[in-house]
Amino acid sequence: MSIEIRGLWKSFGSNTVLRDVSLDVPDGELVALLGPSGCGKTTLLRILAGLETVDAGEVRSGGEDISARSARDRNVGLVFQHYALFRHMTVAENVAFALRVRKRPREEVAARVDELLHLVQLDAYRDRHPQQLSGGQRQRVALARALATSPRILLLDEPFGALDARVRQELRRWLRRLHDELHVTSLFVTHDQEEAFEVADRVVLMNAGRIEQVGTPAQVFEDPASPFVMRFLGAVNVFQGHVDGDRAYVQDLEFAAPGSSGRSRAHVFVRPHELDVHKHSVPGSFAAQVDRLVPLGAAVRVELTAPGHGSAVEVELDLRKSEALALAPGDRVHLSPRRVRVFPAADDGDSLTASSL
Amino acid sequence: MSDAVRTLSSPPEATFPPPAAREEASPPAPEAAPARLRARLRRPGEDPPAVRWTLTALALLFLAAFVLVPAAAVVSEALKDGVALWWRSFVDPDALAAIRLTLLVAAIAVPLNALFGLAAAWSITRFRYRGKSALVSLIDLPFGVSPVISGMVTILLFGAHGWLGPWLADHGVKVVFAVPGIVLATVFVTFPFVARELIPFMEAQGTEEEEAALVLGASGWQILRKVTLPNVKWSLLYGVILCNARAMGEFGAVSVVSGHIRGVTNTIPLHVEILYDEYRFRAAFAVASLLFVLAVVTLVAKKSLEWKQRPARREAALRSSP
Repeated sequence: MSIEIRGLWKSFGSNTVLRDVSLDVPDGELVALLGPSGCGKTTLLRILAGLETVDAGEVRSGGEDISARSARDRNVGLVFQHYALFRHMTVAENVAFALRVRKRPREEVAARVDELLHLVQLDAYRDRHPQQLSGGQRQRVALARALATSPRILLLDEPFGALDARVRQELRRWLRRLHDELHVTSLFVTHDQEEAFEVADRVVLMNAGRIEQVGTPAQVFEDPASPFVMRFLGAVNVFQGHVDGDRAYVQDLEFAAPGSSGRSRAHVFVRPHELDVHKHSVPGSFAAQVDRLVPLGAAVRVELTAPGHGSAVEVELDLRKSEALALAPGDRVHLSPRRVRVFPAADDGDSLTASSL
Repeated sequence: MSDAVRTLSSPPEATFPPPAAREEASPPAPEAAPARLRARLRRPGEDPPAVRWTLTALALLFLAAFVLVPAAAVVSEALKDGVALWWRSFVDPDALAAIRLTLLVAAIAVPLNALFGLAAAWSITRFRYRGKSALVSLIDLPFGVSPVISGMVTILLFGAHGWLGPWLADHGVKVVFAVPGIVLATVFVTFPFVARELIPFMEAQGTEEEEAALVLGASGWQILRKVTLPNVKWSLLYGVILCNARAMGEFGAVSVVSGHIRGVTNTIPLHVEILYDEYRFRAAFAVASLLFVLAVVTLVAKKSLEWKQRPARREAALRSSP
């Protein structure tokens, strides 16, 4: 079922955690709420689940206003970061809980529990207690429990946050496949960009209680709407410069800055993989000195100092290119940006909580 | 969502190490080190053996002087003239009346305080509101004031010249120097026990399981019965046992309101005092030994419950640490 959120405000005491948040999630989509901790993403999820009230705004589901409906009557599935399984119940009893409290017939409950345990591949564990399961197994039980009543909306709060890196990776893919089979409208909260990109159809970037950008993983990465998004999604080099009309300048370098106008200070962002390294000066390049080479498997990260252009610069080269250049610490090289993104400096205020530099 | 539920290929995390295995992988225990090394491997900040032994000996000495010796004295005095005489002290009608009254008072006060403790702990750990810390301090009040004052308050409120006394007397209700007064004083003195036990435990457990139950469609009553109570049952029982021990042993508050009417308003502790005042030492010690048995039973129950609670507490601590 689709979700429409309109003008949501929420504060705890003097701390405003959501500021005029509006969002549409079409039916059957899997959406990630991505942002640094404290950006309000978990609060938004809890509001959708009915566990928090809103100060202003409206939550609609399938066109129906559900803002005033209690968590009990919303029939949404919710999966917690720390599983929140009932520790005194077995796996089967946990999964059956929602059906039992609805007083469904015994045979129906038993059949549904079998079906769900089969879905999460825990048939053999039905009589275990949560303490006897691994983290990944517990989270699958939590998922089966949340799906028991066939909710129209599934909410997941950092579902993989408490798991080991490898288990997390496997569960992510598994969740994606599960969603492709069930097509239940799903929202999941994460602070991990890789996780959001891998699992979600669309990513909602949040910062300091506001939505910064909504789009597919490719859209938000290629066309970040704000300096925050630019910085939050991976490493980036920042150069101080200014714009004049639709051109941006950093020292003697000139770039196209479509969409800007007037004269103002500006930040010019360049991703490490969008910088070319040359042995000799070429038009549109600047000088730098290699400090350190960090092998990253398939790529090499080159850390350089560019005295005239804001000191530290990072470049990512694929292995073949780096071998062809045969760089060594102390080498003098020239760097030319292939692609830049320009944002007026005023926008780049203290809201930058993510430091990917 | 489609109900067509199918198994997905490739099971995730086939070889995920269970938590137990990971715990075993923690650094080797100091026992593994040779004895010579172990002496030098004393943890930083650990006191030298001389200090440790002196302090332990002091604590044991203190315990012996103030707990073990008196306890042994009570038991040996009670049994000095044989089990038959010991037993006869109980079949005395006044003693039987005292035992009956004590059981009655405990049977009323303990369930009341269990209910109150559960309600107080629930409201304090599950909701955010103004004045919560004041409520927590108020719950501790009976621990802070002398039980005699608790008794005086009961008289002030319900006595013949008290605020409510005349009105109650007009309606034929006698509170002070009667069973209701003893129950009231006992309830007041013992009400912190259950709440005090439950609040930290429920705080450590957090509210996630209850929130999960709510989202899954459970009503408040169902959440209490199916999630909260099963989770806190050992803590609750622990508090009830402590509450019961105090309710049966309470002297000060009860002494003020009881009026010491033999066979009518005497509880076990008051009966012991009366026997002692009448120089019937053996009978006094015999009845006192009953309270001593209660103390031992309480101690054993308390220890075994602590042992039962351990896994739950440890998990709660683990969950609240990160």
